[in-house]
Amino acid sequence: MSHVHTESSPTRMVPPKGSTRAPIQWARFAESYALVGALLILFLVFGFLKPQAFLSWANISTMLGSQAVLVLLTLALIIPLTAGDFDLSIAATLTMSAMTIAVLNAQMGIPLAGAAAVAIAMGAIIGCVNAGFILYFRIPSLIVTLGTGTFINGLVLWISNSNTISGIDPFLVTYVVVTRIFGIPLAFYYALGLCILLWYFFGFTAAGRRLLFVGRGREVARLSGIPVDRVRFAALVCSGVLSAITGMMYAGTIGAADPNSGNTFLLPAFAAAFLGATSITPGRFNAWGSLVAVYFLVIGITGLTMLGIDTFVQNLFYGGALVLAVALSQLVRKREAQDFS
Amino acid sequence: MTTDPRQEDLPRKVPGEAPALSIRHLSKRFGTSLVLNDVALDVMPGEVHGLLGQNGSGKSTLIKVLAGFHDPEPGAELLMYGEPAELPMPAGAARRLGISFVHQHLGLIPSLSVLENLLLGDLAAANLWRIDWRRETAKARETFARFGLDIDPRARIGDLPQVSRALVAIVRAFEDVRQHSAGGRGLLILDEPTPFLPKAGVDQLFGLVRGIVRAGASVIFVSHDIDEIREITDRATILRDGNLAGTVVSKTADHDQFIELIVGRRVSLYQADKPEFADKPVAVTIRNAKGGLVDDVSFDVRKGEIVGLTGLIGSGSDALPYLLYGAKPASGGTIEIAGSKSLPLSGLNPGSAMAAKIAFLPADRLGAAGVGSLTIADNMSLPVLSEFRSWSGLDWGAITDRARQLGQRYDVRPNRPELNLSALSGGNAQKVLMAKWLQTEPTLLMLDEPTQGVDVGARQHLFAALDSAAEKGTSILVASTDSEQLAQICHRVLVFARGRIVKELTGAEITKDRIAEECLRSMSSATLSEAA
Repeated sequence: MSHVHTESSPTRMVPPKGSTRAPIQWARFAESYALVGALLILFLVFGFLKPQAFLSWANISTMLGSQAVLVLLTLALIIPLTAGDFDLSIAATLTMSAMTIAVLNAQMGIPLAGAAAVAIAMGAIIGCVNAGFILYFRIPSLIVTLGTGTFINGLVLWISNSNTISGIDPFLVTYVVVTRIFGIPLAFYYALGLCILLWYFFGFTAAGRRLLFVGRGREVARLSGIPVDRVRFAALVCSGVLSAITGMMYAGTIGAADPNSGNTFLLPAFAAAFLGATSITPGRFNAWGSLVAVYFLVIGITGLTMLGIDTFVQNLFYGGALVLAVALSQLVRKREAQDFS
Repeated sequence: MTTDPRQEDLPRKVPGEAPALSIRHLSKRFGTSLVLNDVALDVMPGEVHGLLGQNGSGKSTLIKVLAGFHDPEPGAELLMYGEPAELPMPAGAARRLGISFVHQHLGLIPSLSVLENLLLGDLAAANLWRIDWRRETAKARETFARFGLDIDPRARIGDLPQVSRALVAIVRAFEDVRQHSAGGRGLLILDEPTPFLPKAGVDQLFGLVRGIVRAGASVIFVSHDIDEIREITDRATILRDGNLAGTVVSKTADHDQFIELIVGRRVSLYQADKPEFADKPVAVTIRNAKGGLVDDVSFDVRKGEIVGLTGLIGSGSDALPYLLYGAKPASGGTIEIAGSKSLPLSGLNPGSAMAAKIAFLPADRLGAAGVGSLTIADNMSLPVLSEFRSWSGLDWGAITDRARQLGQRYDVRPNRPELNLSALSGGNAQKVLMAKWLQTEPTLLMLDEPTQGVDVGARQHLFAALDSAAEKGTSILVASTDSEQLAQICHRVLVFARGRIVKELTGAEITKDRIAEECLRSMSSATLSEAA
């Protein structure tokens, strides 16, 4: 309520009335691109330590291609996160989708297109179920999706008899990892495409703005005429569908589906989403930030693995990054609050 | 100790008595700017001392120094009952000295009981291994009874009305002071406890404050409301731009004197003309609106008319805009905007109300009206995003330009669209939110308590903005319990009681005193009309 420019932070002077544009804010710039800078530094350090292995185009293109699934899943996640809802069922949905395609296509011989359509429809249904419980019964999304995620995981184990199912139509594999442009698998370009799409959606469409307001102030959004429940519903269905599409990509990268490995994507996706929210557009979940965050984490892990450090580094990195990223974004927020209020 | 000449003419109740609190040469610098400049303050035992000043005058800094939150510049002196006290104040010293604070946000935990909240301070400070709940309950009852308060110690804070919560917070602070200082002495600092309270609640709170000073403690009472200050305080100190503008005896200083000390120049209060509206076309027709506290309300609003809705707490006047906007469920009634068909209130939602060119600015500024963590441009553009669609999506240049233009027109300071809304003072945030809705050029604009926590200067800007919107043809409903504000801006005032309109004031009848009087009378007239 109080005019604290003069009371608690008077050193930060307000430009005189009539000045049209604020000067470039270096602090803000540094904050926005700190993660990009960190990524480059990490890249150079590993490049310096292991020039042959790390700086080879083969390694770079593998890193870019192999993590496209994680990029896609992170992008799926930031939609409900922006609307203020957690979706912990994304990784289970991904696994479910991959397994559905494997069972229908490889075991039952249904054509790939049909199997994929069923898998994607299943993603939409999962989103609807999540949204139904969250919005109708007013249960926190964290609880609902924790439950549905585990439930779906049970279904996956059931339909697969806990087995890895291989023999998916090579067509899928061809158009996910085998075909390469500049040596990088197509999967990467799909991720890039979704990234551009979401960037545009969040920043340049009215629907994207409404999504943001729903996440930041439900009552404000409601009183500004936004159908809040419908927006949250749509966001959860989007994450379900996109997770299912990501599952299809995942099945394409290995040509098979196993009932467990997909679940390990959950934590990295959250880590990347929150880490991404500290960069490019600090304080907001954003597409480019998520992309940068995924590759920051991947470079770190790949580099350390090449230096001969054990695979446990992966957990250290993802787990640590998640907590640090949230801590960082909290710092960002607090700094904002102290700035002018 | 009486070296300071100002000490000579203090209003002592006992000759030679030392002030409960005496501050001298208090300065505080943030970076290059001096936010407190050699300020002095004396509070006598048993005195209620007002502290006034516009936002940014330094009054919250002064309080934060007393709380030990800010370190003052060297040279400041603090005496409590004639005893020098250490400055800067070490952690926990305020409590030991018998200074206790009640902030606007009260610091109560809504999901816990009154008793648990009362004990919070003790629970935090000491390890109690066996809490005798029965004894504590009895003690709390006794305390409330001593102040003539009817509050159940077992009730959940969240279930109590706002007034009772404030009373609990003040009682807690007083008990805290009493425990830590001998003989009921001590100092309570009430930092704007009243703006969210209805008038009846304010009276109850004042009763409690009087009880506290009778018990021997002193009170510093911070408020924006000059009339409240004149009613409850013995003397008042006014700060302006970090300087001591003056200390006055509250009863003898008149309203204008206060305003002059606060603002430093005579402000001519914004006064709308009270033109005749009988010949203007009817723009909004409200029939039999019902729901919640509102019970069957019908009236018309003419084009460009500003109508005030007022009444005592629970009268339903502040609930009506929510019904007319579809923000809260209505059980019946219709609203008709001239030129389109009438809408049933029971099926209305904010989206369809907006489509009918109705806009609503709720009272809860950063909870319901705008998002503090998003920028001014984001907040302003929300209802008009469709205007900024271009072939390449939303045109951010145009959005920012619009926000800057609106900021200029409505005097938002600082006028920087990229700042977060929470960075602005209450008055400036309100200008932003009003601009958000005025740019949609609504046929009907409704506002709930539009100037809560807004300083005198910003108020005049807000009023002028409303007036110019009305001149352009927008009909405006203002729900408020601030009769001074209603008198300033309204062309007509509807007084509510028990969910109905009981009095309509027009033309020369619209004065602050008349509105206040009608509100107070409204309860009895509502009873009469029900009997009839």
